[in-house]
Amino acid sequence: MSAEASSLGVMDRQQALRLKQRRARGAAFARLCWGFTWLAVLVLLVLLHHVSREGLPWLSLKFLESFPSRRPAAAGIKSALAGTLWMISFTALLAIPVGVAAAIYLEEYSRKGRLSRFIEVNIANLAGVPSIVYGLLGLTLFVRLAHLGHSVLAGSMTMTILILPVVIIASREAIRAVPSSIRQAAFALGATRWQTVSQHVLPAAIPGILTGVILAMSRAIGETAPLIMIGALTYVAFVPAGPADEFTVLPIQIFNWISRPQEAFHGLAAAGIVVLLIVLLLMNSVAVFIRHRFEGRTKW
Amino acid sequence: MSTLDMHPLRIRRARRWKEELIRLALLSCALLSVLTTLGIVVVLLNESIGFFRHVSPWEFLTGTTWTPLLEPRHFGVLPLVCGSLMVMVGAAVVAIPTGVLTAVYLSEYASQRARSIIKPILEILAGIPTVVYGYFALTFVTPLLRKIIPGTEVFNAASASIVVGIMVLPMVASLCDDAFRAVPRSLRQGGYAMGATKFEVAMQVVLPAALSGVLASFILALSRAVGETMATTIAAGGTPRITANPLQSIQTMAAYIVQISLGDTPHGSVEYQTLFAVGLVLFSITLLMNVIAHRVLRRFQEVYE
Repeated sequence: MSAEASSLGVMDRQQALRLKQRRARGAAFARLCWGFTWLAVLVLLVLLHHVSREGLPWLSLKFLESFPSRRPAAAGIKSALAGTLWMISFTALLAIPVGVAAAIYLEEYSRKGRLSRFIEVNIANLAGVPSIVYGLLGLTLFVRLAHLGHSVLAGSMTMTILILPVVIIASREAIRAVPSSIRQAAFALGATRWQTVSQHVLPAAIPGILTGVILAMSRAIGETAPLIMIGALTYVAFVPAGPADEFTVLPIQIFNWISRPQEAFHGLAAAGIVVLLIVLLLMNSVAVFIRHRFEGRTKW
Repeated sequence: MSTLDMHPLRIRRARRWKEELIRLALLSCALLSVLTTLGIVVVLLNESIGFFRHVSPWEFLTGTTWTPLLEPRHFGVLPLVCGSLMVMVGAAVVAIPTGVLTAVYLSEYASQRARSIIKPILEILAGIPTVVYGYFALTFVTPLLRKIIPGTEVFNAASASIVVGIMVLPMVASLCDDAFRAVPRSLRQGGYAMGATKFEVAMQVVLPAALSGVLASFILALSRAVGETMATTIAAGGTPRITANPLQSIQTMAAYIVQISLGDTPHGSVEYQTLFAVGLVLFSITLLMNVIAHRVLRRFQEVYE
């Protein structure tokens, strides 16, 4: 009897020890997870600090208003900014209608059959194709076959194809989030499918679509490789006057400066990066703002 | 004649026509994506066939020297493939542990407030253009590496791998986070009821249940790393070689394509065709990885009701 009791006591002590060890292991793991997470945050801070330390001394109004130059002190990003603006405008003009239309088809029209399954898998795979491959496609289709040359239009069309999967996926999510009771109410009143979609589903889905579209556009603004492929120039000392003109964009100008050996050009590259990041951050904040603004508002 | 005067049947018929037209217009937009895939395949194959008239596919796929611009010319693509794979492995070493642990923290440990800070930061990291990562690699990571390991070359695979790892880290973290959060709460509570610690629940309950999503996130992120262009072009160098030393200059497939298209390569020349042949290899590798990732997701997904 007493032997049994004492062995129970020993068990308890062993168990308590093991429990202590397990808890210690758990606490160590929690700290590990915490540490790695904030490491990622730290990396972002280091990156931003490094870029701004190198770039801010070069940043001025003159930097925004000058063309690129062989003399670092006189160089600026006027043509690159203008080119980016041209390229992104035409990309938006092409990608948004097509992408939203495709999303509407897939969510509202297609029966869940083989075709829609095939299109879905296809879009998912397209989203994983490296951007440089889109560059090869654009080079052949738009620059060579369509004779668009190294123009803004060729660049925008290449970029459109590149971001279409992103626009479609984001728009589909926004459309799917509209409850089906809205559709059923419209159908019950005798509305056709298109009336239902265009007058009820789409307006309700627009904040979500807009958020996705802005994020897709900010991806397009940062893309470099496909535009190098289609021959967007690395040295442009003029502002494109129309969609048929040759152009450069901010990331290509930055790349051009990075690839030069002189230190001063690296400073210019950093200054260009600061401008690029500010543009992207602004776009991101607009997207976040829209998401927050409309999130709480619509109650289904 | 306004619609008011029209016979109801005619209105209906007109409406039906309009509806059908709209449906077709929307369908054609959706089919554009299929056309894009087709376009990529046709374009890559078409130019590659021209290339394979000059160079046998066997030589291309098994040759270990890549000197398409220098005499004597050799067209063995393996050095470029090795370069890309090296960057991929390096990126995996950086991104996979960090990404998974971040996801565990986000889904199992973090307070709502910490989540609301970290999530947007990951989104920002994911949204930073690749050319910026290239700059960061060349002007920050490389000098740091050279200080730590003196023999490091100015252009090296390690520096590029590290920043590519940072670049794909948000992808691993957010996909894993999604996968962890899809595991129902009841499973975790079952674990806790048995007396398991949080660590044991995370490792022995949540992770196995979310395994398909976790594996898929790895493959998707690595396929992104294989195709990464600007960071490797800027930081990894332009020397195609097969090496196991990450401190040397190498060249990836994507970087080669950029290098050639920056120069003036006449259309129709063999150099021009190499772009597409290398592009075809790159496309095949990433497509294969994507298909596998989506298969893994579907096949091994645990379904909870």
